[in-house]
Amino acid sequence: MPYNPALVAPMRQEMTIMGARELTSAADVDSALGDQRGTMLVFVNSVCGCAAGNARPALRLALQHAVKPAEVVTVFAGQDVEATSRARQYFAEYQPSSPSIALLKDGEVVQFVHRHQIEGRSPQAIAADLTAAFDRHFAATV
Amino acid sequence: MAGHVFHPGHQELHGVTVVLETHGSKTYVGRFDSQDERGVHLHDVGVHDAGTPGLSKEEFLKRCDKFGIRPEHRDLTVPTGEVARIGRLVDHVR
Repeated sequence: MPYNPALVAPMRQEMTIMGARELTSAADVDSALGDQRGTMLVFVNSVCGCAAGNARPALRLALQHAVKPAEVVTVFAGQDVEATSRARQYFAEYQPSSPSIALLKDGEVVQFVHRHQIEGRSPQAIAADLTAAFDRHFAATV
Repeated sequence: MAGHVFHPGHQELHGVTVVLETHGSKTYVGRFDSQDERGVHLHDVGVHDAGTPGLSKEEFLKRCDKFGIRPEHRDLTVPTGEVARIGRLVDHVR
């Protein structure tokens, strides 16, 4: 059951402030991911403070890096259920978890950061992994 | 909400993806919930059974790390007597 919208509003706002575009319906997801070109980061948001509480600030830090995805979009697991379910259909063989982060290039998932690679780590450590991934996958394309 | 912990007061591993090795052939990978007199309670649990053909335990754990955990059990309690070791998945694969 989704949490009270007022409770999760700050978690949504934390994403939009850093420039992420919220996808709240399956149609939104199809529009963004259906014929995706270039570089994109999909952040699967979560209310879980253990992991998402560090993942969001980690992403904010990582997006200050010179090399970064051209677009950042987000779905909210447990809140925007339809959108999240549809987004996961684009993640191929990667199993769902939240929070999680998918890096896409021309419609293909080039790296997936699972919840277990986020939980218990500092925002700085997560951001370092993300910027390394940006360099590895996106450097030549931005 | 940066750094906000939604469920304070839980055990250290609460919410963490762990590898639970048993004294038998099975290894479980899932999200640790809690531990009490009944055993260890996990969520979204993948299972490796060394007694059946397929991936080795190491290969299974590497696959879980890369592709995530394919859950066979939404909720699972592993009885205390069966538990040999519990550690973080990330520590097993690095």
